[in-house]
Amino acid sequence: MATRVVGTRVPKIDAWEKVTGAVRYGHDVTLPGMLHGKILRSAHPHARILRVDTRAAERVPGVKCVLTADRVRAGKLGFLADQPVLKGDKARCVRDEIAAVAAASEEAAEEACEAIRVEYEPLPAVFDPVEAMEPGAPTIHEHAPDNLVKHRFDFRYGDPERALGRSAHVVEGEYRTQFVAHCCMEPCFVLATFDGQGRLTIHSTTQVPYLMQGHISRALGIQGSAIRVVQPAIGGAFGSKLDTHAYEAIAVLLARHSGAPVRILYTREEEFVCAPTKQPMIIRMATGCDAEGRLTARICDATLDNGAYASWGATTPHIMMIGVSSLYRVDNVAFSARSVYTNNPWSGAFRGYGNPQGTFAIEQQMDELAQRTGIDPVRFRIRNANHPDSVTPQGFRITTCALQECLDTAATRIGWSAPKEPWEGVGIAGMIHVGGGGRVYKSDGCGVIAKLDDFGRLTLATGATEIGTGSDTAMAMLAAEELGIPVRNVSVINNDTDVGPWDVGIHASRTTFIAGNATIRACRRIRDRLAQLAAPELGCGPEALVFADGRVSRADDASKSVPLDRLVRSAHFRDDGEMFVGQAFYDPPNRFQDPQWRGNVSATYSFAAHAVRVRVDPETGRIAVLRFVAAHDVGKVINPLGLEGQIEGAVAQGLGFALTEQVQLAAGRMQNASFLDYKMLGPRDVPADIDLQFIEKPDAEGPYGAKGVSEAGLIPTAAAVANAVADAIGCRIHELPLTPERVLAAIRGAG
Amino acid sequence: MRRADGERRAARVPAERPVTLIVNGVRRLVHAPPNRTLLDVLRDTLGLTGTNRGCNQGDCGACTVLLDGASVNACLVLAVDADGSDVTTIEGLAERGELHPLQRAFVDEGAVQCGYCTPGMIVQAVDLLRRNPEPDEQAIRIGIEGNLCRCTGYAKIVKAIAAAARGMKAGTARPGPGRKPATTTTGRKK
Repeated sequence: MATRVVGTRVPKIDAWEKVTGAVRYGHDVTLPGMLHGKILRSAHPHARILRVDTRAAERVPGVKCVLTADRVRAGKLGFLADQPVLKGDKARCVRDEIAAVAAASEEAAEEACEAIRVEYEPLPAVFDPVEAMEPGAPTIHEHAPDNLVKHRFDFRYGDPERALGRSAHVVEGEYRTQFVAHCCMEPCFVLATFDGQGRLTIHSTTQVPYLMQGHISRALGIQGSAIRVVQPAIGGAFGSKLDTHAYEAIAVLLARHSGAPVRILYTREEEFVCAPTKQPMIIRMATGCDAEGRLTARICDATLDNGAYASWGATTPHIMMIGVSSLYRVDNVAFSARSVYTNNPWSGAFRGYGNPQGTFAIEQQMDELAQRTGIDPVRFRIRNANHPDSVTPQGFRITTCALQECLDTAATRIGWSAPKEPWEGVGIAGMIHVGGGGRVYKSDGCGVIAKLDDFGRLTLATGATEIGTGSDTAMAMLAAEELGIPVRNVSVINNDTDVGPWDVGIHASRTTFIAGNATIRACRRIRDRLAQLAAPELGCGPEALVFADGRVSRADDASKSVPLDRLVRSAHFRDDGEMFVGQAFYDPPNRFQDPQWRGNVSATYSFAAHAVRVRVDPETGRIAVLRFVAAHDVGKVINPLGLEGQIEGAVAQGLGFALTEQVQLAAGRMQNASFLDYKMLGPRDVPADIDLQFIEKPDAEGPYGAKGVSEAGLIPTAAAVANAVADAIGCRIHELPLTPERVLAAIRGAG
Repeated sequence: MRRADGERRAARVPAERPVTLIVNGVRRLVHAPPNRTLLDVLRDTLGLTGTNRGCNQGDCGACTVLLDGASVNACLVLAVDADGSDVTTIEGLAERGELHPLQRAFVDEGAVQCGYCTPGMIVQAVDLLRRNPEPDEQAIRIGIEGNLCRCTGYAKIVKAIAAAARGMKAGTARPGPGRKPATTTTGRKK
């Protein structure tokens, strides 16, 4: 299909306001009479709270309101409703919110927090998920005496134990991944305000504005219809804003009790200490194959450090399982996982949703099996790769699949068989991820209202949140394509629950796929009506018209045409006039999984392969990434500029996960809560040579054939680096990050 | 948790002092206590919110502005120390609606995602190109190493700076502000 806009390099529609400083982020939003909120957190990782004395705090000049758990009516947060908004009886981690202050200045609020006296009775604490499962470990929640989060994951297909026993080769191992911070450049923000009639507006950087309405409603007893969520520009999210956080509910309580708007802004230190992290995992895995290198069975068991409360992060095994069961064809699979309460700060969701951790284990074992069978690792993977039009053990319907092409392309471009210097290595890893939404909620849908005005400008009103990924630009491009208008004539209003129709939230790489499909459908309703009106004027049937260059024209005779805006005006400004508004709700044809974790969770699946060349310094253990190839099965490229940026950014995050990033905890307290001490990659740390390869095999369900891609770029990255390092040093490291210390220890251990 | 800019206490606010700044070419008189940062004055007193607060500790570069032509982390400069100085913020780069070549290149090359680091990154690049109008890839990366970005992986930022440098050299784009040599070293970036 020939396209005019889709496939072209279109700058982000909000780029102009972002390069000029005109854009408004949370910290730019102020309201008259606004107060500043601050939170006092627990001094202990696990303690009974005996008494909270706020008298001195209340006397600090400028203080309007001091809240503790016993002064508010508030329920609990989290999908398992295990987290009180303010913690009254017990603190379970040092992030726990004991009291909150609203004051006329941030300084007064801080001073008041420091003036609050809390008496604690420290309790024995546990910081390791394995120790937390042992008999006699301290109980963190009374509802969970075994410290296990209620949500469990157990999937079985075939007879994996028996199949492993009969396999020609079996590899087993334990793999550990670390706490990783999201490092959004914008620290957390919320501003809550009530109007005179009790209606609440929350200015929030949430990824899930419509779910947030429900979360706040349930936790604070405010009717959902009385809650409006408005989003300023969002300075990064990466999964950290999938949950509604206690500080957001606290701002609402402070606004309610003080009778004034209340804003809470985190400092960078608070952002590190108080925002959630990636779920660290301990993964035990065994994979077997026959003598010809065909996979026979895989057993995977994962233990997640959940921290003190259950966030959506506790459900990441749901997506991790996709790779374990379905990255490669394997007929016998067992997967089990549990999240364990500890007294560490609680973990959340992070781009990739468990899949980078799982892939780190899967792809190292693929290399080891290839070595045992004497088959080249690329050939070994291709031998086991998924095919189009197949169904996997979990019931995923693989429609389009370019995994083989991705593996071939990545291997070729990295120079897989080229000679290597001493201490150089190459590694490869594949990945599968949801590419057509991911049904983890009762609806995976998104609504779009398209309105074409009498100047020919199209406005898309939608619930689909934009967090920097460029989904807004993709929607504008798809609308421009459908109606034959320039992208600059499209506005996207996507930040107000009073305006945009419902969307489940920005996660699972779903927004361009789902909001894009909704956009196309909404615009086609307008186009069909315009065609009906134009056809008589142009003397042909509606099907014989094309929409391009802001005009409706006859396909066979471009000289017969009418401008779009004139067509709208002539229909609008007349007796019995009409407006041009099209709406659509697209909920993809995917399924909620059954209790046995079977069901086609996504409408299509994305695949990729990353290949990397590294050099290891045997004296220092330092890893230099020399060259990186990211080959992605994307269905169809809608905006090359946006797609490249998504993959480049994800690869950089993946390299940080692989090499340097780690939240260092000691007795539940973060030890490296600054950008100096927490090493995310800077401009000189990311290799200049990242070679992007996009394989286009349009997917029938995707908008113009596109699949979701925004998480895919960091899922196989760490696994590919680990394989390259193993190739360079001749032994394997099973724990992330691959620090110089671990590399040296591995070299010395092997020597 | 304490703000990085000191031990300010509501009950003991130090006396304000007059501070004159030439901000984006306009003389501004503000009154600031001696512990107030340039970033606070720009954002809260002057309403120039294009400069973002990322860490308030000088680690991330989001608040980079030009002080007498040289880049500084505005969170590390006390407003009183900037008295009499020329300050250029992201709002001062475009002229009469015409984007600065670096702003144009950041748009065209796709160097903007969430955009929070963007103003600091662009202002830092103005300083870099003033010092080195023809930087190679490595020089660009060194030039912006005090600025962090979590979204882009830096690839398109580096490309945008290189494209702007080419355009400015070819004369298709005018050079940016930064006329005067640096006279103040407080908070000076690497």
